[in-house]
Amino acid sequence: MMSVVGHTPPPFFKRGPTPLARLTFFTTLAIILLVADLRFHTLEWARLVLATVAWPMQRVARMPVEGAEGAGQYFASLARLQQENVALRARSLATANQLLRQEHLEQENRRLRALLDMKERQPTEGRVAEILYAARDPFSRRVVIDKGLQAGIAAGQAVIDDLGVIGQVTRVFPLMAEVTLLTDKDQAIPVQVRRNGLRAVAAGAGVGGIELRFLAANAEVQVGDVLVTSGLDGLYLPGLPVARVAHIDRDNSYAFARIRCEPIAGVERHGHVLVLGSRVVPPRPEEQTAPGDKPTKGRKVKKAAR
Amino acid sequence: MNQPTHHSNRLLLPARGWFITATLALALFLNLVPLGRLPFVPDWVALMLTFWCIHQPVKVGMGTAFILGLAMDVVDASIMGQHVLAYVLLAFVGCGLSRRILWFPLLLQAAHVLPMLLTSQLVMLLARMTGGAEFPGLLWFASSFVAAALWHPLTYLLLLPQYRPVERDDNRPI
Repeated sequence: MMSVVGHTPPPFFKRGPTPLARLTFFTTLAIILLVADLRFHTLEWARLVLATVAWPMQRVARMPVEGAEGAGQYFASLARLQQENVALRARSLATANQLLRQEHLEQENRRLRALLDMKERQPTEGRVAEILYAARDPFSRRVVIDKGLQAGIAAGQAVIDDLGVIGQVTRVFPLMAEVTLLTDKDQAIPVQVRRNGLRAVAAGAGVGGIELRFLAANAEVQVGDVLVTSGLDGLYLPGLPVARVAHIDRDNSYAFARIRCEPIAGVERHGHVLVLGSRVVPPRPEEQTAPGDKPTKGRKVKKAAR
Repeated sequence: MNQPTHHSNRLLLPARGWFITATLALALFLNLVPLGRLPFVPDWVALMLTFWCIHQPVKVGMGTAFILGLAMDVVDASIMGQHVLAYVLLAFVGCGLSRRILWFPLLLQAAHVLPMLLTSQLVMLLARMTGGAEFPGLLWFASSFVAAALWHPLTYLLLLPQYRPVERDDNRPI
Protein backbone atom coordinates (compact mmCIF):
# COMPACT_ATOMS: atom_id res chain seq x y z
CA MET A 1 0.00 0.00 0.00
CA MET A 2 2.06 2.92 -1.26
CA SER A 3 -0.62 5.29 -2.37
CA VAL A 4 1.00 8.16 -0.55
CA VAL A 5 4.50 7.37 0.47
CA GLY A 6 5.42 7.92 4.05
CA HIS A 7 2.03 8.74 5.47
CA THR A 8 -0.65 6.71 7.21
CA PRO A 9 1.10 3.41 7.78
CA PRO A 10 -0.91 0.73 6.10
CA PRO A 11 -3.03 -1.30 8.50
CA PHE A 12 -1.20 -4.61 8.12
CA PHE A 13 -3.33 -6.82 10.27
CA LYS A 14 -6.84 -5.43 10.63
CA ARG A 15 -8.03 -4.74 7.13
CA GLY A 16 -11.53 -6.10 7.31
CA PRO A 17 -12.99 -8.37 4.67
CA THR A 18 -11.18 -8.80 1.36
CA PRO A 19 -12.13 -6.46 -1.49
CA LEU A 20 -13.77 -9.32 -3.35
CA ALA A 21 -15.94 -10.19 -0.36
CA ARG A 22 -16.89 -6.54 0.04
CA LEU A 23 -17.68 -6.28 -3.69
CA THR A 24 -19.93 -9.33 -3.50
CA PHE A 25 -21.73 -7.93 -0.47
CA PHE A 26 -22.37 -4.48 -1.96
CA THR A 27 -23.24 -5.80 -5.41
CA THR A 28 -25.78 -8.19 -3.94
CA LEU A 29 -27.29 -5.35 -1.95
CA ALA A 30 -27.47 -3.17 -5.07
CA ILE A 31 -29.13 -5.91 -7.10
CA ILE A 32 -31.65 -6.49 -4.32
CA LEU A 33 -32.44 -2.77 -4.44
CA LEU A 34 -32.80 -2.88 -8.23
CA VAL A 35 -35.17 -5.81 -8.16
CA ALA A 36 -37.17 -4.35 -5.26
CA ASP A 37 -37.68 -1.13 -7.18
CA LEU A 38 -38.09 -2.49 -10.71
CA ARG A 39 -40.31 -5.47 -10.01
CA PHE A 40 -42.11 -4.75 -6.78
CA HIS A 41 -42.05 -0.92 -6.53
CA THR A 42 -41.57 -1.20 -2.78
CA LEU A 43 -39.10 1.63 -2.27
CA GLU A 44 -41.35 4.63 -2.96
CA TRP A 45 -41.61 5.53 0.74
CA ALA A 46 -37.82 5.53 1.12
CA ARG A 47 -37.54 7.70 -1.96
CA LEU A 48 -40.12 10.13 -0.58
CA VAL A 49 -38.22 10.52 2.70
CA LEU A 50 -34.81 10.90 1.07
CA ALA A 51 -36.10 13.31 -1.56
CA THR A 52 -37.66 15.49 1.11
CA VAL A 53 -34.33 15.63 2.92
CA ALA A 54 -32.52 16.47 -0.32
CA TRP A 55 -35.02 19.14 -1.36
CA PRO A 56 -33.23 22.19 0.13
CA MET A 57 -29.99 21.15 -1.54
CA GLN A 58 -31.81 20.72 -4.83
CA ARG A 59 -33.36 24.14 -4.41
CA VAL A 60 -29.95 25.73 -3.92
CA ALA A 61 -28.48 23.81 -6.87
CA ARG A 62 -31.24 25.21 -9.06
CA MET A 63 -30.31 28.78 -8.27
CA PRO A 64 -27.50 29.27 -10.80
CA VAL A 65 -29.66 27.93 -13.62
CA GLU A 66 -32.58 30.07 -12.53
CA GLY A 67 -30.30 33.08 -12.31
CA ALA A 68 -29.07 32.54 -15.84
CA GLU A 69 -32.63 32.17 -17.10
CA GLY A 70 -33.72 35.26 -15.23
CA ALA A 71 -30.87 37.29 -16.72
CA GLY A 72 -31.81 36.02 -20.17
CA GLN A 73 -35.41 37.08 -19.68
CA TYR A 74 -34.36 40.45 -18.35
CA PHE A 75 -32.46 41.16 -21.52
CA ALA A 76 -35.23 39.88 -23.77
CA SER A 77 -35.85 42.62 -26.22
CA LEU A 78 -38.86 44.87 -25.84
CA ALA A 79 -39.77 44.30 -29.46
CA ARG A 80 -40.11 40.58 -28.97
CA LEU A 81 -42.34 41.03 -25.94
CA GLN A 82 -44.54 43.47 -27.82
CA GLN A 83 -44.81 41.04 -30.70
CA GLU A 84 -45.78 38.26 -28.32
CA ASN A 85 -48.34 40.53 -26.71
CA VAL A 86 -49.95 41.32 -30.04
CA ALA A 87 -50.06 37.65 -30.97
CA LEU A 88 -51.60 36.71 -27.65
CA ARG A 89 -54.25 39.43 -27.97
CA ALA A 90 -55.16 38.18 -31.42
CA ARG A 91 -55.43 34.65 -30.17
CA SER A 92 -57.56 35.54 -27.17
CA LEU A 93 -59.89 37.46 -29.48
CA ALA A 94 -60.09 34.52 -31.84
CA THR A 95 -61.01 32.14 -29.04
CA ALA A 96 -63.29 34.61 -27.28
CA ASN A 97 -66.24 33.46 -29.35
CA GLN A 98 -65.88 29.89 -28.16
CA LEU A 99 -65.09 30.88 -24.59
CA LEU A 100 -68.05 33.21 -24.27
CA ARG A 101 -70.43 30.62 -25.53
CA GLN A 102 -68.93 27.77 -23.53
CA GLU A 103 -70.92 28.43 -20.39
CA HIS A 104 -74.09 28.57 -22.39
CA LEU A 105 -73.20 25.34 -24.14
CA GLU A 106 -72.29 23.62 -20.89
CA GLN A 107 -75.64 24.53 -19.40
CA GLU A 108 -77.43 23.37 -22.47
CA ASN A 109 -75.44 20.15 -22.40
CA ARG A 110 -76.34 19.56 -18.77
CA ARG A 111 -80.02 20.13 -19.46
CA LEU A 112 -79.99 17.85 -22.47
CA ARG A 113 -78.15 15.15 -20.57
CA ALA A 114 -80.64 15.42 -17.74
CA LEU A 115 -83.37 15.11 -20.29
CA LEU A 116 -81.82 12.01 -21.74
CA ASP A 117 -81.14 10.64 -18.26
CA MET A 118 -77.40 10.38 -18.90
CA LYS A 119 -74.61 10.84 -16.39
CA GLU A 120 -73.42 14.42 -16.10
CA ARG A 121 -69.99 15.29 -17.31
CA GLN A 122 -67.70 16.16 -14.48
CA PRO A 123 -66.64 19.72 -13.94
CA THR A 124 -62.89 19.92 -13.59
CA GLU A 125 -60.59 22.23 -11.81
CA GLY A 126 -56.93 22.53 -12.47
CA ARG A 127 -53.83 23.89 -10.84
CA VAL A 128 -51.31 25.87 -12.79
CA ALA A 129 -47.76 24.61 -12.26
CA GLU A 130 -44.46 25.46 -13.77
CA ILE A 131 -42.07 22.92 -15.24
CA LEU A 132 -38.84 23.37 -13.30
CA TYR A 133 -36.53 21.12 -15.22
CA ALA A 134 -36.28 17.83 -17.05
CA ALA A 135 -35.21 14.96 -14.82
CA ARG A 136 -31.56 14.06 -15.27
CA ASP A 137 -32.28 10.39 -15.81
CA PRO A 138 -31.47 9.80 -19.50
CA PHE A 139 -33.46 6.57 -19.69
CA SER A 140 -36.90 8.08 -19.23
CA ARG A 141 -38.80 11.21 -20.23
CA ARG A 142 -39.85 13.01 -17.09
CA VAL A 143 -40.11 16.59 -15.95
CA VAL A 144 -40.39 18.06 -12.48
CA ILE A 145 -43.09 20.63 -11.68
CA ASP A 146 -43.16 23.08 -8.80
CA LYS A 147 -46.36 21.90 -7.11
CA GLY A 148 -46.60 18.86 -4.89
CA LEU A 149 -48.57 17.23 -2.11
CA GLN A 150 -49.07 20.57 -0.40
CA ALA A 151 -50.89 21.97 -3.43
CA GLY A 152 -53.10 18.91 -3.62
CA ILE A 153 -51.33 17.19 -6.48
CA ALA A 154 -51.74 13.42 -6.48
CA ALA A 155 -50.16 10.69 -8.50
CA GLY A 156 -52.22 9.76 -11.55
CA GLN A 157 -53.51 13.23 -12.37
CA ALA A 158 -53.36 14.33 -15.97
CA VAL A 159 -51.16 17.25 -17.00
CA ILE A 160 -52.07 19.43 -19.99
CA ASP A 161 -50.79 22.57 -21.63
CA ASP A 162 -52.67 25.00 -23.85
CA LEU A 163 -52.74 22.55 -26.77
CA GLY A 164 -53.31 19.12 -25.27
CA VAL A 165 -52.15 16.41 -22.93
CA ILE A 166 -48.46 16.32 -22.08
CA GLY A 167 -48.36 13.55 -19.50
CA GLN A 168 -49.32 12.26 -16.12
CA VAL A 169 -48.14 12.86 -12.55
CA THR A 170 -46.31 9.71 -11.49
CA ARG A 171 -44.56 10.64 -8.27
CA VAL A 172 -45.44 13.30 -5.73
CA PHE A 173 -43.13 14.91 -3.20
CA PRO A 174 -44.21 17.52 -0.64
CA LEU A 175 -43.14 20.51 -2.74
CA MET A 176 -42.77 19.14 -6.22
CA ALA A 177 -44.00 16.36 -8.44
CA GLU A 178 -42.66 14.24 -11.25
CA VAL A 179 -44.58 14.16 -14.51
CA THR A 180 -43.97 11.31 -16.93
CA LEU A 181 -44.31 12.66 -20.47
CA LEU A 182 -46.38 10.94 -23.15
CA THR A 183 -43.21 10.18 -25.09
CA ASP A 184 -41.84 7.98 -22.29
CA LYS A 185 -41.68 4.36 -23.34
CA ASP A 186 -43.64 3.15 -20.32
CA GLN A 187 -46.41 5.72 -20.57
CA ALA A 188 -49.63 4.57 -22.20
CA ILE A 189 -52.81 6.57 -22.73
CA PRO A 190 -56.18 5.34 -24.01
CA VAL A 191 -57.24 7.37 -27.02
CA GLN A 192 -59.81 7.42 -29.75
CA VAL A 193 -59.68 8.76 -33.25
CA ARG A 194 -61.73 11.94 -33.29
CA ARG A 195 -62.96 11.36 -36.85
CA ASN A 196 -64.60 7.98 -36.30
CA GLY A 197 -64.33 7.17 -32.61
CA LEU A 198 -61.99 4.20 -33.07
CA ARG A 199 -60.50 3.31 -29.71
CA ALA A 200 -56.86 2.42 -29.22
CA VAL A 201 -53.96 2.71 -26.83
CA ALA A 202 -51.16 5.15 -27.56
CA ALA A 203 -47.78 4.66 -25.94
CA GLY A 204 -44.52 6.56 -25.98
CA ALA A 205 -42.06 5.50 -28.65
CA GLY A 206 -38.91 7.04 -27.22
CA VAL A 207 -37.41 9.69 -29.43
CA GLY A 208 -40.08 12.37 -29.06
CA GLY A 209 -42.85 10.33 -30.68
CA ILE A 210 -45.91 8.32 -29.81
CA GLU A 211 -47.19 5.14 -31.43
CA LEU A 212 -50.56 3.51 -31.65
CA ARG A 213 -50.21 -0.04 -30.46
CA PHE A 214 -52.18 -3.19 -31.25
CA LEU A 215 -54.30 -1.87 -34.10
CA ALA A 216 -55.00 -4.31 -36.92
CA ALA A 217 -53.20 -3.71 -40.22
CA ASN A 218 -56.46 -2.69 -41.86
CA ALA A 219 -57.63 -0.43 -39.05
CA GLU A 220 -59.37 2.69 -40.20
CA VAL A 221 -56.77 5.30 -39.41
CA GLN A 222 -55.48 7.94 -41.79
CA VAL A 223 -52.47 10.19 -41.74
CA GLY A 224 -53.53 13.48 -40.17
CA ASP A 225 -56.14 11.96 -37.86
CA VAL A 226 -56.36 13.63 -34.49
CA LEU A 227 -56.31 11.37 -31.45
CA VAL A 228 -58.16 12.49 -28.34
CA THR A 229 -58.39 10.87 -24.93
CA SER A 230 -61.24 8.39 -24.71
CA GLY A 231 -61.71 8.74 -20.97
CA LEU A 232 -62.16 4.99 -20.55
CA ASP A 233 -59.36 4.77 -18.00
CA GLY A 234 -61.10 6.97 -15.47
CA LEU A 235 -58.03 9.21 -15.22
CA TYR A 236 -58.02 11.45 -18.27
CA LEU A 237 -61.06 13.46 -19.14
CA PRO A 238 -62.48 12.48 -22.51
CA GLY A 239 -61.81 14.70 -25.50
CA LEU A 240 -58.40 16.14 -24.72
CA PRO A 241 -56.21 16.28 -27.84
CA VAL A 242 -53.23 13.94 -27.60
CA ALA A 243 -51.52 13.40 -30.94
CA ARG A 244 -51.77 13.59 -34.70
CA VAL A 245 -51.07 10.55 -36.86
CA ALA A 246 -47.91 11.17 -38.83
CA HIS A 247 -47.02 7.93 -40.54
CA ILE A 248 -48.72 4.58 -41.09
CA ASP A 249 -46.89 1.43 -42.09
CA ARG A 250 -49.36 -1.29 -43.06
CA ASP A 251 -47.16 -4.30 -43.58
CA ASN A 252 -49.25 -7.44 -43.92
CA SER A 253 -46.47 -9.64 -42.60
CA TYR A 254 -47.11 -8.17 -39.18
CA ALA A 255 -50.35 -8.62 -37.28
CA PHE A 256 -50.52 -4.97 -36.34
CA ALA A 257 -50.07 -1.75 -38.24
CA ARG A 258 -47.21 0.46 -37.19
CA ILE A 259 -48.65 3.90 -36.64
CA ARG A 260 -46.40 6.75 -35.59
CA CYS A 261 -47.93 9.91 -34.18
CA GLU A 262 -46.64 13.27 -33.15
CA PRO A 263 -47.83 14.81 -29.90
CA ILE A 264 -50.01 17.89 -30.33
CA ALA A 265 -49.03 19.55 -27.06
CA GLY A 266 -45.55 20.91 -26.47
CA VAL A 267 -44.48 17.73 -24.73
CA GLU A 268 -40.76 18.31 -24.87
CA ARG A 269 -40.92 22.05 -24.28
CA HIS A 270 -40.86 23.92 -21.02
CA GLY A 271 -43.30 26.38 -19.56
CA HIS A 272 -46.50 26.42 -17.58
CA VAL A 273 -48.84 23.48 -17.42
CA LEU A 274 -52.21 22.73 -15.89
CA VAL A 275 -52.58 19.76 -13.56
CA LEU A 276 -56.16 18.57 -13.79
CA GLY A 277 -57.90 17.41 -10.63
CA SER A 278 -58.53 13.73 -10.07
CA ARG A 279 -61.60 12.29 -11.69
CA VAL A 280 -64.09 10.47 -9.57
CA VAL A 281 -64.45 7.18 -11.33
CA PRO A 282 -68.01 5.93 -11.60
CA PRO A 283 -68.35 2.57 -9.83
CA ARG A 284 -67.84 -0.41 -12.06
CA PRO A 285 -70.78 -2.71 -12.59
CA GLU A 286 -70.50 -5.64 -10.24
CA GLU A 287 -68.94 -8.68 -11.78
CA GLN A 288 -70.82 -11.88 -11.50
CA THR A 289 -68.34 -14.15 -9.81
CA ALA A 290 -68.60 -17.70 -10.92
CA PRO A 291 -68.39 -20.17 -8.02
CA GLY A 292 -64.90 -21.53 -7.66
CA ASP A 293 -63.40 -18.45 -9.32
CA LYS A 294 -61.73 -17.32 -6.12
CA PRO A 295 -61.63 -19.88 -3.32
CA THR A 296 -62.52 -17.57 -0.42
CA LYS A 297 -65.22 -15.71 -2.27
CA GLY A 298 -66.73 -18.87 -3.63
CA ARG A 299 -67.10 -20.31 -0.17
CA LYS A 300 -68.81 -17.17 1.04
CA VAL A 301 -71.23 -17.29 -1.85
CA LYS A 302 -72.03 -20.89 -1.10
CA LYS A 303 -72.61 -20.11 2.56
CA ALA A 304 -74.89 -17.28 1.62
CA ALA A 305 -76.78 -19.57 -0.73
CA ARG A 306 -77.39 -22.05 2.03
CA MET B 1 16.92 13.53 -4.49
CA ASN B 2 16.14 10.07 -5.73
CA GLN B 3 12.87 9.48 -4.09
CA PRO B 4 11.12 6.14 -4.49
CA THR B 5 7.88 7.79 -5.33
CA HIS B 6 5.43 7.79 -8.18
CA HIS B 7 6.61 9.36 -11.33
CA SER B 8 3.53 11.55 -11.40
CA ASN B 9 3.48 12.33 -7.73
CA ARG B 10 5.33 14.84 -5.65
CA LEU B 11 5.92 14.23 -2.01
CA LEU B 12 2.50 14.94 -0.53
CA LEU B 13 1.02 15.78 2.80
CA PRO B 14 -1.63 13.38 4.08
CA ALA B 15 -5.11 13.95 2.69
CA ARG B 16 -7.59 15.38 5.15
CA GLY B 17 -10.81 13.53 5.77
CA TRP B 18 -12.97 16.63 5.75
CA PHE B 19 -11.52 17.74 2.42
CA ILE B 20 -12.42 14.42 0.81
CA THR B 21 -15.94 14.62 2.26
CA ALA B 22 -16.30 18.21 1.12
CA THR B 23 -15.23 17.45 -2.45
CA LEU B 24 -17.57 14.48 -2.66
CA ALA B 25 -20.42 16.63 -1.34
CA LEU B 26 -19.55 19.31 -3.88
CA ALA B 27 -19.67 16.70 -6.65
CA LEU B 28 -23.11 15.59 -5.49
CA PHE B 29 -24.20 19.23 -5.48
CA LEU B 30 -22.88 19.74 -9.03
CA ASN B 31 -24.85 16.70 -10.14
CA LEU B 32 -27.97 18.28 -8.66
CA VAL B 33 -27.75 21.32 -10.94
CA PRO B 34 -30.69 20.77 -13.27
CA LEU B 35 -29.28 20.81 -16.77
CA GLY B 36 -31.83 18.33 -18.06
CA ARG B 37 -30.66 15.94 -20.71
CA LEU B 38 -27.73 18.04 -21.82
CA PRO B 39 -24.99 15.77 -23.18
CA PHE B 40 -21.29 16.31 -22.42
CA VAL B 41 -21.99 17.08 -18.75
CA PRO B 42 -19.78 14.71 -16.76
CA ASP B 43 -21.04 12.66 -13.86
CA TRP B 44 -19.14 14.59 -11.21
CA VAL B 45 -19.77 12.07 -8.46
CA ALA B 46 -18.38 9.19 -10.52
CA LEU B 47 -15.33 11.25 -11.44
CA MET B 48 -14.63 12.42 -7.89
CA LEU B 49 -15.19 8.96 -6.50
CA THR B 50 -12.74 7.47 -9.00
CA PHE B 51 -10.20 10.12 -8.11
CA TRP B 52 -10.32 9.45 -4.37
CA CYS B 53 -10.47 5.68 -4.82
CA ILE B 54 -7.27 5.84 -6.83
CA HIS B 55 -5.50 8.34 -4.57
CA GLN B 56 -6.82 7.26 -1.16
CA PRO B 57 -7.92 3.62 -1.44
CA VAL B 58 -7.74 3.19 2.32
CA LYS B 59 -10.09 6.06 3.11
CA VAL B 60 -12.53 5.94 0.22
CA GLY B 61 -13.88 2.64 -1.01
CA MET B 62 -16.98 0.66 -1.80
CA GLY B 63 -18.86 1.81 1.32
CA THR B 64 -18.58 5.44 0.25
CA ALA B 65 -19.56 4.43 -3.28
CA PHE B 66 -22.66 2.70 -1.93
CA ILE B 67 -23.85 5.77 -0.03
CA LEU B 68 -23.13 8.12 -2.95
CA GLY B 69 -24.92 5.78 -5.33
CA LEU B 70 -27.98 5.74 -3.11
CA ALA B 71 -28.00 9.54 -2.97
CA MET B 72 -27.70 9.79 -6.76
CA ASP B 73 -30.53 7.31 -7.29
CA VAL B 74 -32.85 9.46 -5.24
CA VAL B 75 -32.01 12.85 -6.69
CA ASP B 76 -31.78 11.50 -10.23
CA ALA B 77 -35.28 10.01 -10.09
CA SER B 78 -33.89 6.80 -11.51
CA ILE B 79 -34.32 3.21 -10.41
CA MET B 80 -33.00 2.51 -6.91
CA GLY B 81 -29.76 0.56 -7.14
CA GLN B 82 -28.73 1.69 -10.61
CA HIS B 83 -26.05 4.15 -9.50
CA VAL B 84 -25.24 2.03 -6.45
CA LEU B 85 -24.23 -0.91 -8.63
CA ALA B 86 -22.21 1.20 -11.06
CA TYR B 87 -20.38 3.16 -8.34
CA VAL B 88 -19.54 0.09 -6.25
CA LEU B 89 -17.97 -1.56 -9.29
CA LEU B 90 -16.15 1.67 -10.08
CA ALA B 91 -14.77 1.86 -6.54
CA PHE B 92 -13.70 -1.79 -6.64
CA VAL B 93 -11.74 -1.33 -9.85
CA GLY B 94 -10.38 2.05 -8.73
CA CYS B 95 -9.09 0.77 -5.39
CA GLY B 96 -7.72 -2.38 -6.98
CA LEU B 97 -5.82 -0.58 -9.71
CA SER B 98 -4.71 2.43 -7.68
CA ARG B 99 -1.16 1.18 -7.14
CA ARG B 100 -0.77 0.57 -10.85
CA ILE B 101 -2.43 3.69 -12.18
CA LEU B 102 -0.52 6.16 -10.01
CA TRP B 103 2.78 5.23 -11.66
CA PHE B 104 1.65 6.57 -15.00
CA PRO B 105 1.82 10.18 -16.16
CA LEU B 106 -1.47 12.05 -15.97
CA LEU B 107 -2.51 11.54 -19.58
CA LEU B 108 -2.09 7.79 -19.31
CA GLN B 109 -3.94 7.89 -15.99
CA ALA B 110 -6.84 9.49 -17.83
CA ALA B 111 -6.60 6.69 -20.40
CA HIS B 112 -7.09 4.24 -17.53
CA VAL B 113 -9.98 6.19 -16.06
CA LEU B 114 -11.92 6.46 -19.32
CA PRO B 115 -12.69 2.74 -19.72
CA MET B 116 -13.58 2.58 -16.03
CA LEU B 117 -16.15 5.36 -16.40
CA LEU B 118 -17.48 3.88 -19.64
CA THR B 119 -17.91 0.51 -17.96
CA SER B 120 -19.87 2.08 -15.12
CA GLN B 121 -22.16 3.73 -17.69
CA LEU B 122 -22.52 0.39 -19.44
CA VAL B 123 -23.55 -1.22 -16.14
CA MET B 124 -26.23 1.45 -15.68
CA LEU B 125 -27.38 0.91 -19.28
CA LEU B 126 -27.68 -2.85 -18.75
CA ALA B 127 -29.52 -2.38 -15.46
CA ARG B 128 -32.06 -0.07 -17.09
CA MET B 129 -32.46 -1.88 -20.40
CA THR B 130 -33.37 -5.10 -18.56
CA GLY B 131 -36.06 -3.01 -16.88
CA GLY B 132 -37.38 -2.02 -20.31
CA ALA B 133 -36.15 1.55 -20.53
CA GLU B 134 -35.35 3.29 -23.80
CA PHE B 135 -31.81 3.60 -25.15
CA PRO B 136 -30.58 7.10 -24.37
CA GLY B 137 -28.46 7.43 -27.51
CA LEU B 138 -24.74 7.17 -28.04
CA LEU B 139 -24.20 10.82 -27.14
CA TRP B 140 -24.88 9.87 -23.55
CA PHE B 141 -21.47 8.18 -23.39
CA ALA B 142 -19.82 11.48 -24.29
CA SER B 143 -19.97 12.52 -20.65
CA SER B 144 -17.34 9.91 -19.78
CA PHE B 145 -14.97 11.33 -22.39
CA VAL B 146 -15.42 14.81 -20.96
CA ALA B 147 -14.80 13.46 -17.46
CA ALA B 148 -11.60 11.72 -18.58
CA ALA B 149 -10.44 14.94 -20.23
CA LEU B 150 -10.95 16.70 -16.90
CA TRP B 151 -8.65 14.25 -15.09
CA HIS B 152 -5.53 16.34 -15.67
CA PRO B 153 -6.79 19.67 -14.24
CA LEU B 154 -8.73 17.86 -11.51
CA THR B 155 -5.62 16.12 -10.21
CA TYR B 156 -3.81 19.43 -9.78
CA LEU B 157 -6.84 21.04 -8.20
CA LEU B 158 -7.59 18.30 -5.70
CA LEU B 159 -4.00 17.65 -4.69
CA LEU B 160 -3.37 21.35 -4.12
CA PRO B 161 -4.01 21.20 -0.34
CA GLN B 162 -1.56 18.32 -0.05
CA TYR B 163 1.43 20.00 -1.69
CA ARG B 164 4.23 20.94 0.68
CA PRO B 165 5.55 24.45 0.66
CA VAL B 166 8.85 24.52 -1.16
CA GLU B 167 11.56 25.10 1.42
CA ARG B 168 15.15 24.68 0.54
CA ASP B 169 17.25 22.88 3.11
CA ASP B 170 20.58 21.69 1.78
CA ASN B 171 21.30 19.60 4.88
CA ARG B 172 18.18 17.47 4.54
CA PRO B 173 18.89 14.05 3.02
CA ILE B 174 15.85 14.05 0.77
